[in-house]
Amino acid sequence: MAGTDEQEAAFYAIVDSDGRIEPRDAMPEAYRKTLIRQMAQHAHSEIIGMQPEGNWISRAPSLRRKAILLAKVQDEAGHGLYLYAAAETLGVSRDHLLELLHTHQQKYSSIFNYPTLTWADVGAIGWLVDGAAITNQVPLTRCSYGPYARAMVRICKEESFHQRQGFEALLTLTRGSARQKAMAQDALDRWWYPSLAMFGPPDRESTHSDQSMRWGIKRFGNDELRQRFVDMTAPQADVLGLTIPDPDLRWNDERGHYDFTQPDFDELFRVISGDGPCNRQRMEHRVAAHTEGAWVREAAAAYAAKRAKRAEAAA
Amino acid sequence: MSAEWPLWEVFVRARRGLSHVHVGSLHAPDAEMALRNARDVYTRRNEGVSIWVVPSERITASSPEEKDAFFDPAADKVYRHPTFYEVPAEVKHL
Repeated sequence: MAGTDEQEAAFYAIVDSDGRIEPRDAMPEAYRKTLIRQMAQHAHSEIIGMQPEGNWISRAPSLRRKAILLAKVQDEAGHGLYLYAAAETLGVSRDHLLELLHTHQQKYSSIFNYPTLTWADVGAIGWLVDGAAITNQVPLTRCSYGPYARAMVRICKEESFHQRQGFEALLTLTRGSARQKAMAQDALDRWWYPSLAMFGPPDRESTHSDQSMRWGIKRFGNDELRQRFVDMTAPQADVLGLTIPDPDLRWNDERGHYDFTQPDFDELFRVISGDGPCNRQRMEHRVAAHTEGAWVREAAAAYAAKRAKRAEAAA
Repeated sequence: MSAEWPLWEVFVRARRGLSHVHVGSLHAPDAEMALRNARDVYTRRNEGVSIWVVPSERITASSPEEKDAFFDPAADKVYRHPTFYEVPAEVKHL
């Protein structure tokens, strides 16, 4: 929207007073574009995120774990839908957003390009990946864009189950045999740094942060959220009896925080730009699912059209 | 055929005694599928006892640009509120 000065003033008056912008309000074009990109990439992450865990549904160790994992993966699909719906309030179509994902014009979270090699990885994803996601997402429930904020309220409520089931699955392993405990430790060793990388590059290198803060889309810096996650997670690792793979991780009394080693941001950028362990597999699977499901969408639309026509003829 | 399914707005009644509240939207080929999809997307944890789905294109909304003029008529009618009236303090139940 080519905003007049008056419209822009009205927009900032709402944002500055911690109010919410709603779909049909006047808003700066850059704000609209940023939100569409962020919500779309968030939605893409949710549906791509179904793959690493979906990998273990047929091999879950018990019926209980299988039912839990099915419910969790279904939640991820739901989260994707809430977010696509929120993005659509800004006048883009879901088909268009999926097209952007399938043609590599939009990205998804780097974390889902890592493989789930053992059952313990499912636990580690719930505990660490969903834990990091919650840390990132709770501030988004107060995001300046109403539909995004409301979607995040629903998502955060549901993520809480995701994180707890992951922690519980790992706890069960660490209380089991030596091999089971070793499997849990191995999962932590592999997922720790990729989880830390989920908070994005350090603030000094983060390109969009300042503008997003100004717009009330982002509330805290990447470094602050990463620190918050480490502070919450380190004591939880102690309860599990697992060792976080960072020899420099220790409580700093003076700072009131844990000191820790930063993740390898070069690796983060490599994975984001397409060169992670599973990037190609994830995208191939996504595109295949979409393409192979086309006939179902078409058949349902044809059936609806036929019934509408009959109802019209009978009227 | 690649036309996208139409968009539906979803309203959920959380409990008996409450009104339906807008919870979000979804795509579906027809009303029946919209209801089923709404159940799966918006009530996976017993969030509702009743669902309405409405085609998004059938909703008529007031325009935010006309907000002030549209709602102005109510602004200067303070006498519509009970607090407008002065009543002696000793009068009870009024």
